[in-house]
Amino acid sequence: MLNRPATDTQVTHLQRLWLYVLCGLVIFFLIVPTLLVIPMSFSDSRYLDFPPESWSLRWYRAYFNSPEWLQATAVSFQVAFLTMLLATATGTLAAYGLHATRARSSRYMTVLLTLPMIIPVILLAVGIFLTFAPVGLNSTIGGLMLAHTILAIPLVMITVTAGMQNFDINQEMVARSMGASRPWAFLTVTLPQIRNSVMSGALLAFIISLDEVVIALLIAGGDKATLTRRMFLALRDEIDPTIAAISTLLIAFSVLMLTLSQILQSRK
Amino acid sequence: MNDVTKTTGPANAGPDEAGPQGRDHALPISVRSLTKTYGAFHALNDVSIDIRNGEFMTLLGPSGSGKTTLLMVLAGFVRPDNGSVKFGEREILLLPPHKRDIGMVFQNYALFPHMTVADNLAYPLKLRRVGKAEIRERVERALDLVQLGGLGDRGIEALSGGQRQRVALARAVIFEPRILLMDEPLSALDKNLREQMQFEVRALHDRLGITTVYVTHDQREALTMSDRIAVINEGRIQQVDPPRKLYERPETFFVASFIGETYRLPVEVADGKASLFGQPVRTDSPLGSNAARQTLILRPEMLHIDEGAPEADENQMTGTLRQSVFQGDSIVSYITIHGDHEIAVRSQHRSDRSLPEPGSEVRLSWLVQDTVILPGDGRT
Repeated sequence: MLNRPATDTQVTHLQRLWLYVLCGLVIFFLIVPTLLVIPMSFSDSRYLDFPPESWSLRWYRAYFNSPEWLQATAVSFQVAFLTMLLATATGTLAAYGLHATRARSSRYMTVLLTLPMIIPVILLAVGIFLTFAPVGLNSTIGGLMLAHTILAIPLVMITVTAGMQNFDINQEMVARSMGASRPWAFLTVTLPQIRNSVMSGALLAFIISLDEVVIALLIAGGDKATLTRRMFLALRDEIDPTIAAISTLLIAFSVLMLTLSQILQSRK
Repeated sequence: MNDVTKTTGPANAGPDEAGPQGRDHALPISVRSLTKTYGAFHALNDVSIDIRNGEFMTLLGPSGSGKTTLLMVLAGFVRPDNGSVKFGEREILLLPPHKRDIGMVFQNYALFPHMTVADNLAYPLKLRRVGKAEIRERVERALDLVQLGGLGDRGIEALSGGQRQRVALARAVIFEPRILLMDEPLSALDKNLREQMQFEVRALHDRLGITTVYVTHDQREALTMSDRIAVINEGRIQQVDPPRKLYERPETFFVASFIGETYRLPVEVADGKASLFGQPVRTDSPLGSNAARQTLILRPEMLHIDEGAPEADENQMTGTLRQSVFQGDSIVSYITIHGDHEIAVRSQHRSDRSLPEPGSEVRLSWLVQDTVILPGDGRT
């Protein structure tokens, strides 16, 4: 079976073996570093070590009993939720506007709006810090939300733009001729048809904000520290397996969200 | 939807339905000096036109002529640089589309795929806060009107092209708009269905009496359906006339060549009399211009090959038969006039009639009343 071709021109599995090995290696190196923290989080050891010698849930207990960690988690989720709302609204409107207009400037607008994806985040973070300082937005939920929204808008925009490719703008014109105002036509005709891409854009925005660490390191101090910032600092100060527990929880959460997003996309 | 009620039988026509309807319900449209430029391109160039109450007006022109731009100005989706548009007495240029009370049908139907057929039809009624029971009743009536009774629960994807077109049509008139705008609504259908729908759209218009503006680039469709046709080219209105007059009396070279098949021969004019290579050509009305160089417009089916002397009401010329082509229902003869001009003559096929041999001299006659002469040589 493995080395006997069915036709003269068929490439056998044996001949393709190198490809399977290569793919296997790629997948291994992509995933294993991520998965490594999962067994480590269930370790009984006081240090991050692999493989663990004995198993326990003590680091999960440590996390759920620490007011600082829970506070940071609350900040992270608040910021992520607010970022999702703001970025989804603005990103969707931007995608809609760029789709609806035939102006030549729309191409430049697209580039401008996707710029935050291209600029190194550390530069963006410095810029944001310097902009926020005089207006007192550093170390606030609002400031974090705005900063993360900058990162999330391009993602929402790209997702929604893709979802809009098949949408016929004439439908909205017909709705308006029948008596619907433009916002109402958008809500009743356009939005229901691009709903799934808007929702997966929203999920992406949420995850981007939740995972973001560079900007948070610069602008999220005091009791407004995000989970990722606290994890980063904890990693520097003490090698504490609590981080592995939190990471595992975050991985589980992100996988769940991304799976949801994929399911929504495929139902488009 | 009063008129719709009528069509479903007198039993439905209550006493309250004697109100304004039909041509009283429709509105005339008055367009003055519309101009719209996109950069250096004149989409509309000083366009003025009057569309009568309840009239079926077709805007006919090649692509890029400005006909769709004009329709979009009427609908409110394009704001002109200049001009005035009145529905009845009311200036509507500054009104947004949703306040203009117009029904619209697009070429690609633009049905809402996330709604059923019935929900598509109910959309404009819900916006007007019509009660649920009445919506159901009116949707049913509208579906009957376009012969789609019982298909209300279908999804849009489940409909054929012709059915979609009917739904789009029903949706555009269910809320009793005062004006109906259609942008090449039949061009996506195949030929047979298109011809059938032409009659249905026209019948619907006649039943509702609604002022209709219909955009097409198909001259046959325009001739079949319209009360009047406005021929548009390069952002300008060339001529507005009933189909027959437009065909028989084109006022510009563009109209003459865009509608039907035409051939041109140079005529010379002196003292108000035209002559074709020395032979006098009579017209039934005085020439519109005194220019010396003018052009005779001839259509193949207006000419006939003649054996005898000209009748009193005919013009005549001679030429050399180059070739005859048998086309089934007709025979087209290509005839050389005065050495270097060629025209075609279309004659009905009759088995008892034989055609002259190629190379022979033929005499061609046509009615004085069919004689159209335009100033200039048509090369602008």
